[in-house]
Amino acid sequence: MVALSDKEVTKAQHVEEVILSHLQTHEEIVNSGEFAKANGLEHDLLLSVVQSLHGFNYVEAQDIKKEAWVLTEEGNSYATLGSPEVQVFKAIPLEGISREDLQKKLDVSVFKIGFAKAMGNKWLETKPLVSRKVSNVEDQVQQQLVHIRNGQDLAAADIDALKKRKLIIPLIWKGYSIRKGTSYAPKRTKAATDLTREVLQRGTWKDLVFKDYNYNALGQPTEGGHLHPLLKVRAQFREIFLEMGFEEMPTNNFIESSFWNFDALFQPQQHPARDSHDTFFLQVPEKAQFLPEDYLQRVKEIHEHGGYGSIGYGYNWKREDAEKNVLRTHTTAVSSRMLYKLAQDGFTPKRYFSIDRVFRNEAVDRTHLAEFHQIEGVVCDRGLTLGDLIGVLNEFFSRLGIRKLRFKPAYNPYTEPSMEIFSYHDTLKKWVEVGNSGMFRPEMLLPMGLPEDVSVIAWGLSLERPTMILYGIDNIRDLFGHKVDLKLIKSNPICRLGMR
Amino acid sequence: MPTVNVGRDRLYEALQQHYSEEEFDELCFDFGIELDDVTTEKAIIRKEKHLQEDTLEDEEIIYKIEVPANRYDLLCLEGLARALRIFTGKQGSPTFSLSSSAIQKMYVQPETALIRPYVVCAILRGITFNQARYNSFIDLQDRLHQNLCRKRTLVAIGTHDLGTLEGPFTYEALPPSEIKFVPLKQRMEFTAEELMDFYKSDLKLKKYLHIIESSPVFPVLYDSKRTVLSLPPIINGAHSAITLQTKDVLIECTATDLTKAKIVLNTLVTMFSEYCEKKFEVEPVEVISSDGNATIYPDLHVRSLEVDLAYINGYIGVSLQSKQVIDLLNRMQLPSEATIGSNGKSKIKALIPPTRSDVLHPCDVVEDVAIAYGYNNILKTLPRSLTQGKQQPLNHFSDLLRSEIAMAGFTEVLTWILGSEAENFWLLNRKHKEHTGVIVGNPRGSDFEVNRVRASLLPGLLKTMGHNKDSPRPVKLFEVSDVVLLDNTKDVGAANERHLAALYCNTTSGFEVIHGLVDRIMEVVGISNAAVGDTKGYYIAPSNEPEFFKGRQANIILNGSCIGSFGIIHPQVLANFDILDPCSVVELNIEPFL
Repeated sequence: MVALSDKEVTKAQHVEEVILSHLQTHEEIVNSGEFAKANGLEHDLLLSVVQSLHGFNYVEAQDIKKEAWVLTEEGNSYATLGSPEVQVFKAIPLEGISREDLQKKLDVSVFKIGFAKAMGNKWLETKPLVSRKVSNVEDQVQQQLVHIRNGQDLAAADIDALKKRKLIIPLIWKGYSIRKGTSYAPKRTKAATDLTREVLQRGTWKDLVFKDYNYNALGQPTEGGHLHPLLKVRAQFREIFLEMGFEEMPTNNFIESSFWNFDALFQPQQHPARDSHDTFFLQVPEKAQFLPEDYLQRVKEIHEHGGYGSIGYGYNWKREDAEKNVLRTHTTAVSSRMLYKLAQDGFTPKRYFSIDRVFRNEAVDRTHLAEFHQIEGVVCDRGLTLGDLIGVLNEFFSRLGIRKLRFKPAYNPYTEPSMEIFSYHDTLKKWVEVGNSGMFRPEMLLPMGLPEDVSVIAWGLSLERPTMILYGIDNIRDLFGHKVDLKLIKSNPICRLGMR
Repeated sequence: MPTVNVGRDRLYEALQQHYSEEEFDELCFDFGIELDDVTTEKAIIRKEKHLQEDTLEDEEIIYKIEVPANRYDLLCLEGLARALRIFTGKQGSPTFSLSSSAIQKMYVQPETALIRPYVVCAILRGITFNQARYNSFIDLQDRLHQNLCRKRTLVAIGTHDLGTLEGPFTYEALPPSEIKFVPLKQRMEFTAEELMDFYKSDLKLKKYLHIIESSPVFPVLYDSKRTVLSLPPIINGAHSAITLQTKDVLIECTATDLTKAKIVLNTLVTMFSEYCEKKFEVEPVEVISSDGNATIYPDLHVRSLEVDLAYINGYIGVSLQSKQVIDLLNRMQLPSEATIGSNGKSKIKALIPPTRSDVLHPCDVVEDVAIAYGYNNILKTLPRSLTQGKQQPLNHFSDLLRSEIAMAGFTEVLTWILGSEAENFWLLNRKHKEHTGVIVGNPRGSDFEVNRVRASLLPGLLKTMGHNKDSPRPVKLFEVSDVVLLDNTKDVGAANERHLAALYCNTTSGFEVIHGLVDRIMEVVGISNAAVGDTKGYYIAPSNEPEFFKGRQANIILNGSCIGSFGIIHPQVLANFDILDPCSVVELNIEPFL
C-alpha cells in the first residue's frame, strides 16, 4: 500500500470516525456514494477506509456495482452547444441557403453529422435551396445529454440511441453498503499486522492486537534462479548411472566423421540412415582430416569381405564416404571411439555412460526435434550374455520406477541380438517402447582389437520422452528451444527419478 | 523400418489359422515384427487424398506390418506367412532347387561397365497368377526398389512374359538416341532420349531419371529379335509386360552392386516359385560377361555355418542341448544339425538358405536361437565385474557452476545448437565471418536458412528473450552449453567449447548486474581480481564489439588471455531480436577454469 502523508492520515481518521459513529446509531449505510456526498467526504478515500475497517472486522462491507453513463468529449460539446442537427437547423435562414454557404457557416464535423441527421428527421428541404421544412424543432438530444451529465436516469431506448452515436460511454461505479462488523467498536484500536523490530524493542507486542492472517492466500513468491527441467532429469539419470558404477564418456564433440559415426559401427555405406534425409552432412568442415589408418583398413576389410567369422557386406567400401563429416546422429559414435581406445590401452572391464545432444535431419513436430538428447549405457566385459543385458536393463529401469519390462526382437546394424525395450504403461494400459538395446556385433568389436571373449552390451533412450511423460508436457518446444515458456521452467517441481 | 501391407483375411488363410488382433499382435512381438496399424485399402487412399469418410463394413481389412530392415524375405505376404508358419511349427523350411540346365543366355556387352555393369537373371516356369498374387509380385518389386535397391540406384528389377520374347538376350549400353521402343503403359514408340523428356512430368518415374540422365550411354536389354525388354532403371518395354495369363516369367536385375543384385533376384524367386508348377524350382539363366566368363544365376546355394554350442549358450546365457537348439533354429528357417568339432566340442551346423542374406556371422544364428527361445524367457543376470562410477570433470564442473548461477537468481534455458546464418552474424551486427563457423550442407527443405552450428550462446538467449516479452521484469536467464568452433588440431576439423552465457533484461540495462555476475563467477571459481595488465588473476578491459553498446562493454581477461566479454546489447541488435527493453549479456569460455 502507498504510504499516506500526514495530511491524508488525518483526513482518513476523520472519515473513519464519521463512519463508525454513524453506525453507532444506524443499522446500515446503504450506499457509500450517497453517504459520502451527504457528509461531504471524498468517495475514493472513504472506500479505502472501509476496506481497512472491513479487514479488521469493524465493519462488514458489501460490494455495490452500478453502471452509470458519462458523456464522451463529443457528447459534452453537444450538451453545451446543442446537437449538430439543431445547430444545422438553426444556421439555415428562413429564406433558405445554398449547401456550400451553409457548410461554410459550420464546423466540418457538425455539418456532416448534423445535415445527415436533420435530413433523416425530415426537417429540411434541399431543392432548390436548403431550407427549413418545419418551423421549429426541439433539441431532445441536448436535453438528454444534460440529464446524463446531472446523473439522472433516461429511458433505455434513449440510452441506446446515445450509445450508438458514441455520445455516452458506460462507467462502472463501485461502492459499498456498510454494516457493523463482528469487532465493531465506536473507536478503532489500531491492530498490528506484523511483529516488527520497533514493536519488539518497545515491548509493546504484549498489548497489541494483531490482525488475523489470511491463511487462504498464497505467500510471497520466492526470489532466486531456476535450473532447466530437462537438465534436472538429466542430473537424476547421471546419478543413477554413477550409483551403478558407470563412468561418463567425453561426448563434447558434436561434429563426427562418418567413419566413427557409421563405418566403425559396421553400418554399411548404403544404409538408409546415411541418407541426407536422415543425417546432417557438413559443408564446413566437409571432411575429416585424419583417420586411424590401420584400423580403417580393418574396417574396410570387414565391410567388403568380412572376417572374424563374418562374410561381410560384399560391397565396394569408399574412403570418401567415411571421411564425410556429420553432426553426430547418436552418441554411440563416442562409444565406438571409447571402445577403440580401450582396446589400444589394454582391455579392462568398463561401464560407460553418456547423456548428450544428437542430431537428425528430420521433420520437426510436437514430439520430435532435429536435436535431442540421447541417454546411453555401455557395459564391456569378458563373457557377457544377453541375460546380463536383460538384468542390467531391469536394474536400470527399476531405478526409474519402471518394473514391468519386456523385450522385442529388433534390427540394428551394429547390434546382434537387438532388443527393443517395452514397459507397461499403467494409465495407457498398453506396452510402450522405452528404449533400444543390444550386444555390439563382433564385426564392430574385433577390428578394434578387443579380445575375442569380450562382449559389449548397450542401450539407449532419449531424455526428452521420459521428461515429457514425467511432467505431462505434450509439446517439446514448450520446454526445449527459444520458444520456451519461462513460467514452466520456474514452476517445475524437483525430479525424483532414482529415489527408492 | 519398412512396412508391408497385407490383407488380413488372405494372411490368416495363408497362416492356416484365425487370430484375434491381440493374439496376432503377440505373435508379431515374439517374432520381432510389429503390427503397426489396422486399416483398409480405401482408408489408405482416403488418407492420401485427405478425405473424411467412414469405413464401410465390407472393405477388406489391411494389416500394416513393420518388418526388420535386413529381412527382405518378409517384404511380401508370401514370405511373411511362410516365416510365421515355420515359426509356429506348421511347416518346415522349403528347399529351393534349380531345374537341371540353363536354356536361356544373357550376353553382357562391355559398354555396360560405363553405366551399370551387372546383370543377373532367372526364370519362373509354369507360374499361376491371380489378381492377389500378381499385386503382391508388383508390390514386392516396389518395396525392394525402395529399400535394398536404394531407389533403383543400386539395383533395378525388370520382369517379363518370357512367352513374348526370344532368347538369347543381350545387355547393352547405347547412346539414348539409338534406343527406340514402346514403353510400358504407352502405345507410341519413343527413343530413350525422348523418354527422358517425357518422364520429367511423371510423378513416379521422374525421381529415377538422374541415375542415367548424364551418361552418354543408357543401359538396355534386348532379345534376339531386338525387342527391348527394358531401359533400366527407368521403365520396361510394353511388349513383354506380364499379365494374369503369363506362364513363364523372366526376371532380370541390373545393378551397380552385384551382391545386392543377387539378393534381390533370390528374394523374388524364393518368394514366387511357390506358385510354380514345380513348387520352389527355378530355371537358371547363364550370364556371359564381356570377357567370356559364364555364370549361372540365381545362386541358390545353401551356406553352412558351424557354430559352437558353447558359443550359443554363452552368448545368450542359457544351457541348451544341441537338440533344443536345432528345434529352435528350425523354427527360424535355419535348418540345422548337430556335429562334433575336431576338438571334440559340440557344434551346430546351421544351413543358411538363400532367403536369409541377413545371416553374416555366427552371432546372427545366436540371435535366432534367442528369438525362438523367447527373449522374455531368458534368466536375468548381472555383470560381475566391479567398476567405479566417474564423471567427466568438465560436466561435473559445469553442473557446479550452473547451481551457483541459479543461486545468483538466474533461470536456466536450453536452446538449440542449429540456427540461421542471420542470427549468428548480421542480426548481432557482426560481419559475416566465413571462417569461424561450422556450416551444414543439407539443411532440411523447409528450414533452409537453419544451416549454422552455433559458435556463440548469444543468439539462443536473445531469441528466448524475444519470445518471452511478457515475462515479469527483471528477466534473468543463463545457459551453460557447448558451442562449436573450427579447430585444425582435431581429426574432424572442429571442436566443442563449453560456454556460459547470462542475460539481464529490465527497464534499466543492468550492466552492473552482469558485471557483478562476472565477479561472482570468479569468486566461486577462486580467482581474484587483478590490476589491469597482470598475468595472474582476472580483470576487465574496455572492448569494442559490434553487438554491444559503445562505452558499456568489456573483455574478461584471465591470466592474460581474453576468455569472454560482457556489455549492454546494442539497440539495433535488440530491435533485430524484437526485444523492447534494455539487456546486458555476458558470454565466456569456462574451460580455462578447469
